[in-house]
Amino acid sequence: MNTMLKVDGVHTHIGQYHILQGISFEAKEGEVSVLLGRNGAGKTTTLKTILGLTPASKGIVTFKGQDITKKPTHGIANTGIGYVPEDQGIFGALTVEENMKVAMRKEDEVTLAKQDYVLNLFPDLKKFWKKDGGHLSGGQKQMLAMARAFVGNSQLLLIDEPSKGLAPIVIEKVMEAIMDMKKHTTIVLVEQNFMMASRIGDTYTLLDDGKTVQSGLMQELIQDEQVKRKYLGIG
Amino acid sequence: MELLLNLMINGLATGMLIFLLAAGLTLIFGLMDVLNFAHGGLFAWGAYSSVWFYALTDSFVVAILGAIVTGIILGFITEKLIITPVYGNHIQQILITLGFMLVLTELLKVVFGPNQIPAKTPPYLAGSWEIGDVIIIKYRVFIIVVGFLIFGIFQYILKKTKIGLIVRAGVMNKEMVQTLGINIKNVFLYVFIAGAALAALGGALMAPYSGVIYAEMGMEFAILGFIVVVIGGMGSFPGSLLAAILVGLAGSFMAYYVPSLSLAVNMMLMAVVLIFRPQGLFKAKG
Ligand SMILES: Nc1ncnc2c1ncn2[C@@H]1O[C@H](COP(=O)(O)OP(=O)(O)OP(=O)(O)O)[C@@H](O)[C@H]1O
Ligand SMILES: [Mg+2]
Repeated sequence: MNTMLKVDGVHTHIGQYHILQGISFEAKEGEVSVLLGRNGAGKTTTLKTILGLTPASKGIVTFKGQDITKKPTHGIANTGIGYVPEDQGIFGALTVEENMKVAMRKEDEVTLAKQDYVLNLFPDLKKFWKKDGGHLSGGQKQMLAMARAFVGNSQLLLIDEPSKGLAPIVIEKVMEAIMDMKKHTTIVLVEQNFMMASRIGDTYTLLDDGKTVQSGLMQELIQDEQVKRKYLGIG
Repeated sequence: MELLLNLMINGLATGMLIFLLAAGLTLIFGLMDVLNFAHGGLFAWGAYSSVWFYALTDSFVVAILGAIVTGIILGFITEKLIITPVYGNHIQQILITLGFMLVLTELLKVVFGPNQIPAKTPPYLAGSWEIGDVIIIKYRVFIIVVGFLIFGIFQYILKKTKIGLIVRAGVMNKEMVQTLGINIKNVFLYVFIAGAALAALGGALMAPYSGVIYAEMGMEFAILGFIVVVIGGMGSFPGSLLAAILVGLAGSFMAYYVPSLSLAVNMMLMAVVLIFRPQGLFKAKG
C-alpha cells in the first residue's frame, strides 16, 4: 500500500510550551491508523499540526509525497485532508444543509455523489436537513461533522475522538460509518475507546508526553497486555 | 401626530446613518475579531469625498459612487497595512487603529483645510412633501430608503450566496472554516472592504443631512457605532440595524422631550442591554 501521510520527527510549540517533542508515524492508503495515548498525550495537537493550525516547529509532514509542513491551513485542506475536530466544530446557527455547503468547493457531480453517499450513511442528516446544526443531538453533530469533512474532497480524514460523550448504541453507528467510509478514504483516527479503536484500526501509534512511543499493527497491540496496561490503563 | 411622525422620521434617518457605520464594525468584529477604531475615519472620508466629487461633477450620484470607491480603496489600504499585522492582538489593534484614526482625521484637514465645509442637498432631494398638514423632509426619507435597501442587499448576500455563507460560518468558527479549505484572509479582506464602503456611504449620505462636514465627525459617529454594535450583538448584522434604529429613535425623541438626557440616553440603552442581555439583542456567535 502507498503511504498517504507521513509525519516525521515533528515538534510543535504552542506559545512557550513545547507540546510535541518528536512525533512520527505513517498512514497508508485505504487504512485506518489510530493514534492512542492517555489524556494530554498530544493526540489532538498532532492532528492540528498536520493541518497547520498549530504548525510544526521542527520535522516534516508529507501528504501524497508533497511537503505540507509550511502550508497554510486552507492550503493543506485543499490538498485533500478533511478534519473532524474533537468538539465537532458545527456551525450552530447554520442548517445542516448550509454546514455541508461550506465544505463543498464546487457542486459538481462528483461532490453531489459524495453527498448522496454520506446522506445514505447518515439518514438522520437528511431528516434534519433544514434544522440548525446547533439543535442537533450529540450523535447527529458527530455525523454531520464526519459527513461535512467527507464531502470536502478529502482523500484523508483526520477524526478526533468520535465516540466522546456518545451512548454505546450511537458509538456503534458511528463505528459502522467509519468502516464504510474507509472504503473511499484513508483515515487517521484518535480514539480513547479501545474497543472501538481495536475493531476498526489497522495500525496504531502510541503517543505519550508528546512523543511517539511505538507503532505497529493493531492485531499486535491487542495481544500486548503489558503495553496496554502501561500506556492505556487497560488489560 | 405631525410631531411624532417627524421625530420618528428624524430618528430613523439618523439610525440608518449609524447603521451604515455599525454594519461594517459588527461584521469586522464578529468575523475577524478586530476592534477597528479607525472606522469613523472612513465615514468622514466618505463625507469629504462625496462633497468633493459633488462640487467637481455636480452629480450627486457620482458623489455617492466616488465616496464608495474612496471607502473601498481606503479599506483595502487599511486592512493590508494597519490590520493585517495586528490580527489576534486586541491591545495592538486598539492602539494602531486609534492612531490611524487620528492620521485619517488630520489628513482630511491637510487635504481639504481645517474649516467646516458646507454640504449641499441635490435639488431633487431637497425640500419637503406636505401631506395634509404634515411636512416630511424628502432627504430624510431618502436616507431611510437607502438604509433599508442596503440592509436588504447585504442580508441577501449573507443569507443566499456562498460568500455570505462563509462569512456567517467564519463569525461562528474561524478555525473550522479554514480546515474546510477556505482562505480566511481573503474573506477578511472582502469583509473589511465592504464595511469600509458602507461607512463611506454613510458619511456621504450624512453630509447633506447635517449641512456641514468637519474632520472630527467620524470620531463622533464612531462612538454611536460602537454603542450600536454592543446593543445589537457583536457580529450580528440584523442586530446592528435594529440597535441603530433604536439609538436613532431614542436620540430623536429625547432631544425633543428631555434634551438634557439626549446624549446620555445611548449610554443608558447600552447599560440596560449589558445588564440584562450582555450578549446583545442578537447573538451571532456559537
Ligand atoms: N493552546 C494550548 N496552550 C497550551 N497548552 C496546550 C494547548 N493545547 C494543548 N496544550 C497542552 O498540550 C498537551 C497535549 O494536548 P492535546 O490536546 O494534544 O492532548 P490529547 O492527547 O488530545 O488529550 P485528550 O485525550 O484529553 O483529548 C496537553 O498537556 C495540553 O495541556
Ligand atoms: Mg484530544
